[in-house]
Amino acid sequence: MYFESFSDFLAMGGHAKYVWIAYGIALVVFAFNILAPIIKRKRLMAEQARQLRREELHASGS
Amino acid sequence: MWRWFHKLGSPKWFYAISGRWIPWFAVTALVLLVLGTVWALMFAPPDYQQGNSYRIIYIHVPAAFLAQSGYVLMAVAGAIGLIWKMKLADVVAKCCAPIGASFTFLALVTGAVWGKPTWGAWWVWDARLTSMLVLLFLYLGVVALQSAFTDRNQAARASALLSLVGLVNIPIIKYSVEWWNTLHQPASLTLTEKPTMPAEMWVPLLIMVAGFYCFFAVVLMMRTRVELLDRERRTGWVKEIINDKRTGKA
Repeated sequence: MYFESFSDFLAMGGHAKYVWIAYGIALVVFAFNILAPIIKRKRLMAEQARQLRREELHASGS
Repeated sequence: MWRWFHKLGSPKWFYAISGRWIPWFAVTALVLLVLGTVWALMFAPPDYQQGNSYRIIYIHVPAAFLAQSGYVLMAVAGAIGLIWKMKLADVVAKCCAPIGASFTFLALVTGAVWGKPTWGAWWVWDARLTSMLVLLFLYLGVVALQSAFTDRNQAARASALLSLVGLVNIPIIKYSVEWWNTLHQPASLTLTEKPTMPAEMWVPLLIMVAGFYCFFAVVLMMRTRVELLDRERRTGWVKEIINDKRTGKA
């Protein structure tokens, strides 16, 4: 550990603004990459489930 | 060899196998990234010139590595799709683009945030920075091309051609710090030479690079799987998956 205290760690030797902005943006980029396919998958699954249900109703109705 | 190649090209097979790989890669990525971040922020010594602002390197360098490797993968997958008409390769090439763009963006932004306290400027029109900006535009060009065509094969062909032409930018990025007089510092990590920093600094960097690569593998597989489900939605195996999910819920 290269910092004396937690507030020292947060201060980053006067470079807090730069270091934390960089790590914060990294977190956003990681979150985007994880969430984008999950959301797309959910939407696709729901849409296809509806589609299949419609087809089943159609088949049983005719 | 050829049988393996064809099997690998089968969407159904890839969907099944990647489903088994994702958890392993995800756990590895998580462990490496947490370990690397804690090490980078708390245990690596400060730089004797740059103080603590250099800790941005642990995001900046892995993001830049990934941005370039992701581009090469996109171009190679595009070429495979172009030559052998392998559907899976087209899908992989398409899915590389948004991920690669996001990491190129991360490399550029962290570079700007690091440049401010180090060089006194957010941005300079230096060879390394400019060629990375070109990389971002190439990625965005591929993303735009992929959605510009209604015909998937046409979209794949156009994107593959653009990625292959843009490949010329990769060596330019790599050697930009040697060919031109730049503000950007030369490579911190190379395969052939000993690192210019002490081990307490480069070991966590290496861990972060490995973590970024594992993360890329995970999100690329996730995207590829969704894209495959979408493209194969009318086939039996996809209907089965959707039905299983429906009955599982009911």
